[in-house]
Amino acid sequence: MRMPDLTALLTATAVFTSALAFAAKADEVHVLNWKGYGADEPWAIEAFEKATGNKVVNDFFNSEQEMLTKLRTNPGLYDVVMINAAFNDQAMAEKLIQPIDTSKLPNFPDISKDKAGSPMLVHDGKVYGVPWVWGLTALAINEKSFDKPPTSIAEMWDPAHKGRVTIRDDAVEAVQFGAIATGQNINDIKDIEAVKAKLTSLMPQIKTFWSSENDWNQMAASNQIDIGTYWSGSADRAKTHFKLPVALVIPQEGAVAWLDAFSIPVGSKNVAGAEAFINYMIDPKFYVEWVTKVGAPVSANTKAVEALPGDAFNRKVMGDPAVAKRIQFQAPITDAQRETYLSLWQQLKVDVK
Amino acid sequence: MAAQVAAASRSGLRSALPLLAPAYLWLTVAIFLPLSAMVFFSFMTDLPLSGKPWAFTLENYAAFFSQSLYLTLLLASLRLGLEVTLWCIVIGYPAAYVLAKVLKGRSREAIFLLVILPFWSNGLVRIFSWAMVLREGGILDTALNAVLPFKINIDLMYSYPAVIIGLVHSYVPYMVLTCYLTLQAIDDSLIEAGRSLGASRLQVLNRVIIPLSLPGLVAGAALIFVPVVGSFMEPRILGGRTGTFYGTVIEDQFVAVFNWPLGAALSFILLAVVLVILAVASPVLRRAT
Repeated sequence: MRMPDLTALLTATAVFTSALAFAAKADEVHVLNWKGYGADEPWAIEAFEKATGNKVVNDFFNSEQEMLTKLRTNPGLYDVVMINAAFNDQAMAEKLIQPIDTSKLPNFPDISKDKAGSPMLVHDGKVYGVPWVWGLTALAINEKSFDKPPTSIAEMWDPAHKGRVTIRDDAVEAVQFGAIATGQNINDIKDIEAVKAKLTSLMPQIKTFWSSENDWNQMAASNQIDIGTYWSGSADRAKTHFKLPVALVIPQEGAVAWLDAFSIPVGSKNVAGAEAFINYMIDPKFYVEWVTKVGAPVSANTKAVEALPGDAFNRKVMGDPAVAKRIQFQAPITDAQRETYLSLWQQLKVDVK
Repeated sequence: MAAQVAAASRSGLRSALPLLAPAYLWLTVAIFLPLSAMVFFSFMTDLPLSGKPWAFTLENYAAFFSQSLYLTLLLASLRLGLEVTLWCIVIGYPAAYVLAKVLKGRSREAIFLLVILPFWSNGLVRIFSWAMVLREGGILDTALNAVLPFKINIDLMYSYPAVIIGLVHSYVPYMVLTCYLTLQAIDDSLIEAGRSLGASRLQVLNRVIIPLSLPGLVAGAALIFVPVVGSFMEPRILGGRTGTFYGTVIEDQFVAVFNWPLGAALSFILLAVVLVILAVASPVLRRAT
């Protein structure tokens, strides 16, 4: 090939790929979310596209920091973004997300009042996030190892489970778990040394740290663990979808609760499509199908939860007022706190070597 | 005369340029640019991509020295690199010798194929296969218990030995290949001469074969040591709670907490340490070869 041909070819390729990357059409809804977290279920996308004529384009993030960076560096690219309520404040302060006109969402009035009006999502009377689902970071057990489910978080420290305990490799989650184990408020940890001491004594119990649902499920499937921290939605998926002997335990000491919400980024080119998508995501029909086919956390929409069978875990256990009393919702964390937690967690992991 | 030679070499360079250009262009685009971007990042308070205000700082490098855990992990990673390299020599060198000097023809081709077979599979697949073999109730445990008359309990998964096994398996082909090349180049008549002059097999090995194949051994060791020190995938998957190494902490900075500047600074400290080790070792090794 002669040189000019090559140059022409390279230029053509470059132009072609960049055209592909930037061609955001008006009827496309660009969604930014965790992978495998409801919004990218093929059956759901198909139903939504058929009903509204919008085309869904999914993009994913691996950490909240990455999500914020994607919003900052791609203004105008995304139409819908899923943000943990604890990060909504920061996204709003940086002018990354815009107020949502909830009158355009027919399902919005069905969202439970305490979540719809959460001070983490509503600023100056404007709604910056539509509550989608909430869940717990609690304990899950391998049912083969227990005759009857434990009730206390202390089970993790029981010498009988030495080398058969797992905990997620995440500094914030580990420290907040330690806070619950030492009877502290997860959003206002007064005695960080007590948390450190408690987690230090947990380390010899641990088999390995998990980082994805797949890690946890594999260890449970091959009977390598008895108990560990787990997310409520994931425990449900492990049981429903993968048919594993996994059960969620909400210890009497409490559990960490989180609320996930949908927001519309500033500069969205398809606000109407975004509103339609968010409305579809909080719709009871989508939720019931998601829970039945895949397994999911608890919907913020009360009608959606009521549409589940009466004995469904997400309705019976998670809707139990006694459970509601002992869970603590995650509040925003400052960068300084995050650094402190990270260095504590890293030190623990090095000390155990 | 001199001018003529210079002109000839210049025209040689000119005709070589189109041949060299793709490689150098590629190196510039794929290695030099990203690496310099990383150097730049390592001196920043925050990523310019993050949209937040940023400034130049030395704090990321200071972090390494202010917290003892980074040094502890670096030493652990260097030890891991040494152990894996050692095991690769122990396992790879004899294999290379057999391939180069004992086997001939078809059988050599077959064994050679088996040695480079791991290269054809994805690294992650290899590591997950080890996970199935090493765990309690896994393939190794079940197989040994089926054969042995007494009950043993083998659970190597999530331990330091598991990391060593996984890494040695991934890297031993490098040692076999580099040693094979140098061993094959040794003239058989040198070995025969040594033997006919009364040297024992061990003496021939010590005085003839090892010195002549040392370049391959050194090249293999460097090829293995450097990536193992920075490895993060194998320790994370196979190491369990003992699987925290310098590489995994760097990965955390990039993936989990999104602190690229600190991750970049830690990476360059590792690069510097590895270069210093290679520089210190090179005169010793050159004398040996």
